[in-house]
Amino acid sequence: MSGLIRFLKSLSLKELLKGLGVTGRYFFARKFTLQYPDDKTPLSPRFRGLHALRRYPNGEERCIACKLCEAVCPALAITIESEQREDGSRRTTRYDIDLTKCIFCGYCEESCPVDSIVETHIFEYYGEKKGDLYMTKERLLAVGDKYEKEIAAARSQDASYR
Amino acid sequence: MEWLNTSIDWVALLFQEWVVTYYHMLPDVLQTVIWIVLKIVVIMAPLMLCVAYLTLAERKIIGAMQVRMGPTTVGPRGSLQPIADAVKLMFKEIIIPTGANKYLFLTAPLLSLGPALAAWAVIPFGDGLVLAEVNAALLYVLALTSVGVYGVIIAGWSSNSKYALLGTMRSAAQIVSYEIAMGFALVGVLIAAGSLNLGEIVNSQRGDLGLLNWFMIPLFPLFVIYFISGVAETNRAPFDVAEGESEIVAGFHVDYSGMAFAVFFLAEYANMILIAALTAIMFMGGWLSMFPASWISAVADVPVVGTLVGDGIHWFFAKMSIFLFLFLWFRATFPRYRYDQIMRLGWKIFIPITIVWLLVVGIFVLQGWFGLGSA
Repeated sequence: MSGLIRFLKSLSLKELLKGLGVTGRYFFARKFTLQYPDDKTPLSPRFRGLHALRRYPNGEERCIACKLCEAVCPALAITIESEQREDGSRRTTRYDIDLTKCIFCGYCEESCPVDSIVETHIFEYYGEKKGDLYMTKERLLAVGDKYEKEIAAARSQDASYR
Repeated sequence: MEWLNTSIDWVALLFQEWVVTYYHMLPDVLQTVIWIVLKIVVIMAPLMLCVAYLTLAERKIIGAMQVRMGPTTVGPRGSLQPIADAVKLMFKEIIIPTGANKYLFLTAPLLSLGPALAAWAVIPFGDGLVLAEVNAALLYVLALTSVGVYGVIIAGWSSNSKYALLGTMRSAAQIVSYEIAMGFALVGVLIAAGSLNLGEIVNSQRGDLGLLNWFMIPLFPLFVIYFISGVAETNRAPFDVAEGESEIVAGFHVDYSGMAFAVFFLAEYANMILIAALTAIMFMGGWLSMFPASWISAVADVPVVGTLVGDGIHWFFAKMSIFLFLFLWFRATFPRYRYDQIMRLGWKIFIPITIVWLLVVGIFVLQGWFGLGSA
């Protein structure tokens, strides 16, 4: 008997019509698609993208080669070598970040006592050949020099939460 | 439809001027050929355009139902996408597998497209607006839709690949099975209309009640079954196990590429439009207006409204659009049937129901209920 009822129910196509109703409602639903290269989502000042090494306003590089970032890096993406400069301060001779290892956790930035290594808002970068994603000290400093204004603005926006 | 008739007359007159000077200089055979080709072009060109834009409509509508936007980049709101697709497919290489039978491999797509287009010869677009007034039009349509399966079989066989052949078996078996349910559904229409002529079938749905006189009321189960079988017949979702792009990719046309593949694609969409047109003709009164006769005569003299409310080709296209939308809606909604479920549905549910309803239609006609049998 219940089999017969089920059979008649299936003949009424009730379940199928219900399904059509669901898709029919979504047909008129508002679409949230973002036309990416034309429109972009707003980024948080805490966004963690491409790394950069910053300088002080007088042009002196901030990094003091404390190697905290190298120690905290969970992906072992950072390699630092350092020596004493003529004026007696300790500076890096090598500061490399392998972006293919980096997991963009932001620990390096958090650990940095002098706000030298930062993660910027830049995420649209690419490498054309092997080694392009291996950031050396020069390249990191260059990124920092180029985007210092944006980097500083993002830090000051987030300053009260730190 | 007065303006349409007058404009047709006007164009015919212009043609006559032209014909008098050049056309009659041509030999008789050539004249006939030109005339036939012209008629074919008049139907085929808009049809091909419809097919192209049906693919865009499909992507847009399914996109909307999945809360996406569909194509937006080529042309305003993606409106030139089908043209870009067509150009791309035309420039792609047609790869012929080494083991394939070259001639059969290349005829198969044409064999599947041909019937889908040839069936349009007997489709009445309006009262008397039909390329070939065939009295056995219904039989002709049934025969042609069946012939389409040869394209599928030959495609799979000539590819000389076991995967293509397996796909062929699946889709051929499916098409043949649903043909029977479709045939029985049309027998119901045939009994109700008392004619095999598509124009007469439409005219027998004319009545004072408009919409309520259409065959979809007394033949409702047959109407539903005919359309669902049509979806299965064209190998569309949710009956697209033969193609099954998420699990087996393409089936019978797996070895095709470029324009040869595009022709299969064209055939599939042309078949969709054909099924939509046939459903509109058989069950929803083709070009007839949905309004009661009294309403139509009441507004017949109002310039634009009168034309829109009265019978005409626009009703036919509107009804076709409803069914084409349903095709796309189904695809966005239903998950794919398992193969044995498809066979069970076709053989053990649709065929019995159609046969039972044939009996009911017989009673309707005998008793003269629903205005049937009076013709």
